[in-house]
Amino acid sequence: MSGAVLPAGRASRLLRNWGFMVGVAIVGFAAIIAILAPWIVPYDPFAIDLDRRLVPPSFMEGGDPRNFLGTDQLGRDYFSRLIYGTRISMVIGVLTVITSGLIGITLGVLGGFYGGKVDDAVVFAITTRLSIPAVLVALAVAALRGSSFLLVVLVLGFLLWDRFAVVARSTTMQIRNLDYVSAAWCAGASRWWVLSREVLPNIATHLAVVATLEMALAILLEAALSFLGLGVPPPLPSWGLMISEAKEYMFFDAWVIVIPGAALFVLVLGVNFLGDALRDMMGTDLSR
Amino acid sequence: MTALLEMRDLRVTIGSTAAVRGATITVNKGETHCLVGESGCGKSISALSVMNLLPRGAKRETSALRFAGEEIGRYTERQMERLRGDRMAMIFQEPMTSLNPAYTVGSQMTEVLRRHRSTPRAQAVDRAAELLARVGITAPGLRLGQFPHQLSGGLRQRVMIAMALMCDPELLIADEPTTALDVTVQAQILRLLATLQQDLGLGILLITHDLGVVARIADRVSVMYAGEVVESAPTASLFATPEHPYTRGLLTCVPVPGKVKRDEPLGSIPGIVPRITPGFTGCGFRDRCPEAHAACTGAIPRQAVSAEHELLCTLKPGWGGKAAA
Amino acid sequence: MLRFFLRRFAVAVLVALTVLTLAFMLTRLSGDLAVSIAGPNATAEDVETVRRVYGLDRPLTVQYFDWLGNALRGDFGESYFFRDRVSNLIASRMPVTVTLGLVGLVLALVVSLPLGILAAVREGSWVDRLVGLFAMIGQAMPSFWLGLMLMVVFGLQLAWLPISGADTWEGFILPGVVLAFSAIPSLTRLTRSGMIEALASDYIRTARAKGLTRLSILVKHGFRNAAIPVVAIAAVQLGFMLGGSVVIETVFALHGVGYLAWESISKNDFPVVQAVVLVLALIYIGLTLLADLFNAVLDPRLRSA
Repeated sequence: MSGAVLPAGRASRLLRNWGFMVGVAIVGFAAIIAILAPWIVPYDPFAIDLDRRLVPPSFMEGGDPRNFLGTDQLGRDYFSRLIYGTRISMVIGVLTVITSGLIGITLGVLGGFYGGKVDDAVVFAITTRLSIPAVLVALAVAALRGSSFLLVVLVLGFLLWDRFAVVARSTTMQIRNLDYVSAAWCAGASRWWVLSREVLPNIATHLAVVATLEMALAILLEAALSFLGLGVPPPLPSWGLMISEAKEYMFFDAWVIVIPGAALFVLVLGVNFLGDALRDMMGTDLSR
Repeated sequence: MTALLEMRDLRVTIGSTAAVRGATITVNKGETHCLVGESGCGKSISALSVMNLLPRGAKRETSALRFAGEEIGRYTERQMERLRGDRMAMIFQEPMTSLNPAYTVGSQMTEVLRRHRSTPRAQAVDRAAELLARVGITAPGLRLGQFPHQLSGGLRQRVMIAMALMCDPELLIADEPTTALDVTVQAQILRLLATLQQDLGLGILLITHDLGVVARIADRVSVMYAGEVVESAPTASLFATPEHPYTRGLLTCVPVPGKVKRDEPLGSIPGIVPRITPGFTGCGFRDRCPEAHAACTGAIPRQAVSAEHELLCTLKPGWGGKAAA
Repeated sequence: MLRFFLRRFAVAVLVALTVLTLAFMLTRLSGDLAVSIAGPNATAEDVETVRRVYGLDRPLTVQYFDWLGNALRGDFGESYFFRDRVSNLIASRMPVTVTLGLVGLVLALVVSLPLGILAAVREGSWVDRLVGLFAMIGQAMPSFWLGLMLMVVFGLQLAWLPISGADTWEGFILPGVVLAFSAIPSLTRLTRSGMIEALASDYIRTARAKGLTRLSILVKHGFRNAAIPVVAIAAVQLGFMLGGSVVIETVFALHGVGYLAWESISKNDFPVVQAVVLVLALIYIGLTLLADLFNAVLDPRLRSA
């Protein structure tokens, strides 16, 4: 089979994969909302109206058509906060993946490419990282340094690089040992040339799979940290923070936690669908 | 002689491939029937069909599938389970992976007897030890307690054979049992099969692509090509008067002592076994056949060369006048 | 075999030492620990007192080796807030966390093993796809949110189970379910892929040729081999579960080690935080070692290699 046929085959298989389509739809929708947030919110998500607190969503009994998803405990428009929350989750997810990807891929490629002592050191770093309870350390650091948006990104980035490193290392090893790469070595290609021309392009697809899975994890962890009060600081409308602030009222008005939680769940599910479809595709292609 | 196994007109399709297209195979009591042909011509699929062990997605049809006089083609999985390992047994090409790595030899052997005969463990162990000795394994007591990875390929295949004999089967199906083994071990295993067959009166269906093996131990040979039995005959008759161009081609590929002249190259058959889809008509060998002609795309007649010798070809028996080999 | 374990053990010790060092560095991240301990309302004089009392005026290396020596002897110092030995605190909270972890692991195994086997046996069918979807949903479920939702439904609306606390065994059910959910996706997937691989192997064909029953083929011959990686991952998952207990224990107000850590974090009680991080890391390291041992027991090829 020629190289030109294969990508087209892959692409069409992806388009027929309904999981992939659902993933693209959800993540694409979330991305658009995140970008356009300031223009599509009906109200200022930070505007407090203490006279209109915990108004139920408009489709529920006692709802007000002015607030589609009701208002929170401070009378802020829930729909507007939800939209801004999308922005926070998406940005944290993407920035964390970039940070952790840079760390993990560098380590993994170094270990896989050079082998020997370098690889031993990388494996040791991965083992050590895995033995550290991530959530707890993230909480502790946030408590020590005072939580902020940037800190959450940095902490998550420094804690979630392990899978990047594992996958980058093993795929780099495979590719380094391929005949044509050895041939490039023998032909006198420089290390940098082999790395940038042969290794990186070939491991990129595998890393894309890891990136989606890590993005899902980062979004979940940010929400968990914010829920525990040590993530994104108020009054930013992180979904985790919205759940945290609303949980006192959940026994009377369950919708206050259902709405942000469902949004979180659907977004993470969408990212996972995307990653799963990519993994399936890579899996079948790898077995050839 | 009575037929122990009679499989008529076997058809197997796997997805869009017609793996076997109307093969008829009979094995008489106490007889060794060899199935020969290149890889991918449907030998293993035919063998697996007998025990209904085909991979998922394969569809099997027969006009008759009789074992010891009984029609088993419509047996349920339950009924087949009771036959397998008890009255008919099978050994495989890959002795290295055919034993479960997690259990000892003894546990895997006694399991057969405990399943089919509910034999108490102690007795089953005795039987296993006896059979290990019988297949030429020294220190059977020690081997029973060992795991497969501690044994060599030859030993594992002996264990497989001994395991197959646990319930005294009437039919043993051996799917290329020596292919994966060293040459010296191959000879030992074949000699073992021949001895066992004589001593126990086993009917053996032996799949091989090695005509040297066939010449040594087969009573009867069926040559398969592209899912069909193209020629079937008693061994002597097949080697003396091969009729099908494919059989002749195969025979020229094998150095037979006394028949091959010095300095003369061995023959070869150009091309590969084609993948046959359902709806294909005519002879599957025609693209590689030196004798191919227009009639080869139509229905191919099944002809009797002699009472025991059958041919599936458009050529008249005796067309070449003399054996090619 | 023995050499392999000695090597594994040596690496584990090195990892543990590294984590010890990292745990020490963690608390020094804040810049001035004395300021953090003394709290926002402290005067400069208070801070100086704290600095002297806790030995924070000594050189960093002295503090490090002092701390390291004590930690190696199981002495993590005294809690600033609880006014108790940290080791006592952790020891008294550990049973709750371990119980929760084990309940979660058992629940996860009870669900994921049969589901994984079922999906493998019916590979490609709608059952397989449904199991895959279930794993996917489990993976996307925010554990704290699931916990709150279960509290609302089972604790309040149905009133079947206590909403929080662990005074009775029922208190472990909801948090156990939530914790199990975090491990079910990976365990199910691993069981499925292990079973698919096992079922496609030659020894399964042999088992069928021997006329064994379907159940015996699936469980005795198939699952026995598929179980090897599952056991390893189950041990690792238990480690992750204990590490993740901080979120669930906080949601359900279960007074385990995770809750202790969360309390201490909000009270700037760093010796406790440090010790919990360390203890959870050590448990994880121990569990992975144990998983390797377990593998060797299950896989005869490893045992004699």
